[in-house]
Amino acid sequence: MTKKKIQIIVCGGTGCSDKNSNAVAESLTIEIEANALENDVKVVRSGCFGLCNLGPVVRVMPDDVVYIGVKPSDAQEIIDEHIMKGRVVERLLFTDALTGKKLRSAQEMSGYRKQMRIVLRNCGIIDPENIEEAIAHDAYEALARVLTTMTPDEVIKIVKDSGLRGRGGGGFPTGLKWEIARKNKADEKYVVCNADEGDPGAFMDRSVLEGDPHAVLEAMAICGYCIEASKGLIYIRAEYPLAVARLKTAIAQAKEYGLLGENIMNTGFSFDIEIRYGAGAFVCGEETALIHSMEGLRGEPTVKPPFPAEAGFRGKPTNVNNVETFACISPIILKGAEWFSSIGTEKSKGTKVFALAGKINNVGLIEVPMGTTLREVIFEIGGGIRNGKKFKAAQTGGPSGGCLTEKHLDTPIDFDNLVAAGSMMGSGGLIVMDEDDCMVSVAKFFLDFTVEESCGKCAPCRIGNKRLHELLEHITKGKGVPADLDRLRNMCLVIKDTSLCGLGQSSPNPVLSTLENFKDEYEAHVTAKKCPAGKCRDLMEYFIIAENCVGCTACARVCPVNAITGERKEPHVINPEICIKCGACKEKCKFDAIIIK
Amino acid sequence: MKKINSVEDLRKAKEKILAGMHGKGKGEKEKVLVRVHCGTSGLASGAKEILDFLTLELEKRNIDATVIRTGDMGYCYAEPTIEVTRPGESPVVFGYVDKIKADEIIEKFIKNGDFVDGIIPVNYRTID
Repeated sequence: MTKKKIQIIVCGGTGCSDKNSNAVAESLTIEIEANALENDVKVVRSGCFGLCNLGPVVRVMPDDVVYIGVKPSDAQEIIDEHIMKGRVVERLLFTDALTGKKLRSAQEMSGYRKQMRIVLRNCGIIDPENIEEAIAHDAYEALARVLTTMTPDEVIKIVKDSGLRGRGGGGFPTGLKWEIARKNKADEKYVVCNADEGDPGAFMDRSVLEGDPHAVLEAMAICGYCIEASKGLIYIRAEYPLAVARLKTAIAQAKEYGLLGENIMNTGFSFDIEIRYGAGAFVCGEETALIHSMEGLRGEPTVKPPFPAEAGFRGKPTNVNNVETFACISPIILKGAEWFSSIGTEKSKGTKVFALAGKINNVGLIEVPMGTTLREVIFEIGGGIRNGKKFKAAQTGGPSGGCLTEKHLDTPIDFDNLVAAGSMMGSGGLIVMDEDDCMVSVAKFFLDFTVEESCGKCAPCRIGNKRLHELLEHITKGKGVPADLDRLRNMCLVIKDTSLCGLGQSSPNPVLSTLENFKDEYEAHVTAKKCPAGKCRDLMEYFIIAENCVGCTACARVCPVNAITGERKEPHVINPEICIKCGACKEKCKFDAIIIK
Repeated sequence: MKKINSVEDLRKAKEKILAGMHGKGKGEKEKVLVRVHCGTSGLASGAKEILDFLTLELEKRNIDATVIRTGDMGYCYAEPTIEVTRPGESPVVFGYVDKIKADEIIEKFIKNGDFVDGIIPVNYRTID
């Protein structure tokens, strides 16, 4: 065999590219050619290493040496010393701040990686339609241990001690929920998995069900053992056809292998799981509405108490947990409560999966320990804001949450800090907005969603949200008056206080939080009748700067309503009476002569 | 595979499956393992096409490999993504894989171990 080639991997992630990693790669290539090494050494570009604050990052393989903060001028030393003489360039290694030790390899530096996979441990690793692969990756091991060596109370104690809180939004302690369901005696109880993921922008539950369905099935069986239920139900939205298909396959395979059904592994414990389909109503993610929907009734919430743990599905004690919560259970059983509670912050343990969406470079799913800051999530893992724009806000908690702004960037994200910041964890959707987004329009967008999804049972939510939406519509059309802002706030508070369920109680949050954080933007809409972000069409005015206009007539020709007039080679003018603000002229102008006022 | 009737059965099954993966333990040469991430976002970006292409081409080019279909890893921005594990080496994930890239990955990485552009480095910690 020929001598193993040396490969130099240069990080081409957004963070490192911004710090000129391209030039580093070029310099390395030049040095390689200067030393006639091109047959033995190759430079390759990669995606983000997740070490953005240390960039540009360069990794030399197969030695597995990672250099940080590499400048183009360092290329010569790396090639001369490391590649030619085999001596590691100590100066460019990462220094552990605590021990002062130089760390060489990516392996040693793994502790500095921001992400940690517990829920997503098997996603993308196993074939979800082959139970054997799941078994090879420890699926059902926790169930076996629970059924043969532990009492239900011991299991509940572990879950309680782990500090796991419900990942669906509320953050209620999972162990406590199980304990309450266990204490309520009945001839039949139910375990329900809430897979009705409805927050716009959130899709972690879907990914878990598509990538590792057995993790959820196993945890449901463990829960069934704890609360003495023999029946499990998964309430999943019919809009997730792939997740449904993979769940069905997984359930059938688990039954075939005797890991679900009668007398599981000869322990005398029986547990069966069925799927129930949701029709995609947002309110059905609320547990009482979800239960009614499964019973074949209208998906409307009812007043709690009674809680589902007392009288849930068919009036029997029912434990409802979210997909992500269930996916945490097996690792907690296998690795212990102490391990899990060592991750995260004081009151929020473990990890949280976030779905990054919006104006961010690395759109996708990430899993980080609780307590990671918003800055780390957006600028390091998420690769920063798209097109180099400025960060403005991030919406967490979907239509029930609020926005976090620049001043919250360094707040550790956990259940309580988010509530203190006027938002909430929700199911983990994180929508990033940049300087071009109008916050009034954002609030209106979420209200659009709530108005559509309100079930109509209680008046504050049905009528109140509609009025709130109208008021916002008014403001974005430039018809608002300063007194509208107080009216907006009062209405929000009334809806919050008087609505029946979580949907109405939280629906004004996006309005309240944008009002709080971007008051000046609201004021600009109602007083100056201007939209600072240039998003509200009715408040915009296109204008031609005479000095920049060369009179090329390109804008006049593209205007669909002939609102632009002017002689050839003379500055043109837009008639605001006719202009429909389509923006076609601004796009066409090569001289930056057209601006939005 | 027969029904798992006891905890011992489960552990035995696990060992047997682990031994069988990658063609290990049967006196065969170890196989290359290719995982194509076929969750909703992967499939929407064309992962199925890549899955079929790799399955067909690896066989055609006489490479002893197992291609499996998995869920997504969360790299939605870079889909379709695939993960390739050469025997005895750490897995490597490639993003933005189209047929041309897939061909390059077979010829350069799978055959010779040469990296190609588009690697997504491991940027997370695992639980073990």
